[in-house]
Amino acid sequence: MNFEIQSKSAAAIDRARAAGRAALVGYLPAGFPDAQATIDAAVALAENGADVIEIGVPYSDPVMDGQVIQAATVQSLANGFHVAQIFDIVAAITARCDAAVLVMTYWNPVMRMGVDEFSRRLAEAGGAGLITPDLIPDEAAEWFEASDKYGLDRVFLVAPSSSPERMAMTVKASRGFVYAVSIMGVTGARESVSDAAHRVVEAAHAAGAERVCVGLGVSRAEHVREIAAYAEGAIVGTALVAALGKDGVDGVAKLAAELRSGTPKN
Amino acid sequence: MTQSPQTPESGAASDTAGAFLAGASLRHAAGPYFGKYGGRWMPESLIAALDELEDTFEKAKSDPEFIAQVAELNRNYSGRPSLLTEAKRFSEHAGGARVFLKREDLNHTGSHKINNVLGQALLAKRMGKTRIIAETGAGQHGVASATAAALLGLECVVYMGAEDTRRQALNVARMELLGATVVPVTAGSQTLKDAINEALRDWVANVQSTHYLLGTAAGAHPFPALVRYFHEVIGEEAREQIISQTGRLPDAVCACIGGGSNAIGIFHGFLDDPSVELYGFEAGGEGVETGRHAATITLGRPGVLHGARSYLMQDEDGQTIESHSISAGLDYPGVGPEHSYLADLGRAKYQPITDSEAMEAFRLLCRTEGIIPAIESSHALAGALKVGKSLTEGKADPKDVIIIVNLSGRGDKDVATAAEWFGLLDEKGPEAEIGAEGEQL
Repeated sequence: MNFEIQSKSAAAIDRARAAGRAALVGYLPAGFPDAQATIDAAVALAENGADVIEIGVPYSDPVMDGQVIQAATVQSLANGFHVAQIFDIVAAITARCDAAVLVMTYWNPVMRMGVDEFSRRLAEAGGAGLITPDLIPDEAAEWFEASDKYGLDRVFLVAPSSSPERMAMTVKASRGFVYAVSIMGVTGARESVSDAAHRVVEAAHAAGAERVCVGLGVSRAEHVREIAAYAEGAIVGTALVAALGKDGVDGVAKLAAELRSGTPKN
Repeated sequence: MTQSPQTPESGAASDTAGAFLAGASLRHAAGPYFGKYGGRWMPESLIAALDELEDTFEKAKSDPEFIAQVAELNRNYSGRPSLLTEAKRFSEHAGGARVFLKREDLNHTGSHKINNVLGQALLAKRMGKTRIIAETGAGQHGVASATAAALLGLECVVYMGAEDTRRQALNVARMELLGATVVPVTAGSQTLKDAINEALRDWVANVQSTHYLLGTAAGAHPFPALVRYFHEVIGEEAREQIISQTGRLPDAVCACIGGGSNAIGIFHGFLDDPSVELYGFEAGGEGVETGRHAATITLGRPGVLHGARSYLMQDEDGQTIESHSISAGLDYPGVGPEHSYLADLGRAKYQPITDSEAMEAFRLLCRTEGIIPAIESSHALAGALKVGKSLTEGKADPKDVIIIVNLSGRGDKDVATAAEWFGLLDEKGPEAEIGAEGEQL
């Protein structure tokens, strides 16, 4: 019953759309280099132009992540990150800015805590919902139930390889927005955004998606500008993580402002 | 409204559980679910490739040409059927039960792994793929994959933990001799599970040209059912051979379990024979109480890793725990989903065997039968000694008890490890150094 739930990420994307631009979605891994830095960087990200923030749960086996994000999450885990800290981090970010805050997580940590409990605590922390890189709707029965119960967004991924049937099924299963994977690959900055991205977004729109954001390989304002022409949002991860690692919170603020300059829809 | 996706508890899965209770067949379970285990906990990007593989596999299974191709390679390349050898002197240590060894160690490349790699490489060709990728721990599956690739003219890239490439330098050389490229994985813990992660990352990026030749009966559907299919020949042969040699079914079948491919292969032949007890022996490492082990079913709890829901060694946060075993082939923190299901049903029993128990059984087989077993298979031998003693208790004639052990591989690769373990090397010699590093000659 999507219509009964006020999707926080959909609202954030719609505000951007009303202002004539695409939404900027920024990713940071929790606990890199420490929890306070994650909070400060996320707030700086929001204050400098991000409409939606994704906070990643560091996980031992991140099969969809490239080297930069792997290195950051390995460091976070080595520093003693615990999954339960994610709720404090989300609560601290939502207390300090208006951006919608999603958690991006591989599924086993959620399953281990219990899908219901994870969802309840995320909702209590003011989180918008979950992005689930290794959970497809086919396996998501418990998540459907919990996300409806606690009013959370379900952001599933669609890919250049998704069949029309799977595209339709995944679009229908999603709430908030649909995450269009721009290329066949893992996270990581790339020189250009693949042509496949446009086709994936078109297919998602054709399947009824109202909000589609493009991620993987998006790292520069020119990429965001290109995506803004055909999608509702652009997702940047690796470039922000690299900026945080290199120049700290200031580096994130600077890159966010630059990326934001690419969002106006002409 | 959202669609209502199939849940692990619904549909075919619960039918299977019900069927088992009603006495129906457990054989040929098709997946994607084995009870509440299995499924596809995978990125959407790979689902199309899994669908293509499933479709190709389903068609191949009913294609006489494919079946003939597999049978021909099994017979004239791998050397099947593998022998069933009665281990008469070894039996004396198993309470006097009659112990038979299913000799997968005699296959080309020295283990059961060849059954699966040939089958999957043929499927890769059917899909028009020109490149295969594989993960490997000690190198056995990597060597088998490189072998199949050489035979069938496919490009082969093997992912291997960086630490393992140093310890197993000779297996790296073997793979390279066979024309494969070995990529050392420096990510994460640099072990087998990280090699699988890296292979999956490669697969996502190259899925159009590439088949991921997974080495065990784990992973996302259709891998568990597919890998089992190519190993079913072990159980089918063993069942026929034991009946022909003894006139009846065995009382117990023993196998070692890492991911569980050799075990599911031999179990399959006996799943519907309720009188046959099935035992899977996991790596107990330095002892399950030490935390340094790979006893996934014994001590793990259900979770998702590498595409399937199954028992898993994980911490309170759901992070995968590092496994430990003297046997690289059993050193994996997960297990195939069909084994989790058989464990929950009670159809197969899963027990840990420590490094010490396995090495004692290793030496015993060497000295009583003139067969050097793989350290992996030695876990099954050690388990068989226990099962034999227990089943013969109170029997007038212990020879009335018949046990089959799946001798999944030969131990040539383990000679340096064993020599180090038993202190057979000159402490200052170069071999001792190699053994200390876990090198496998």
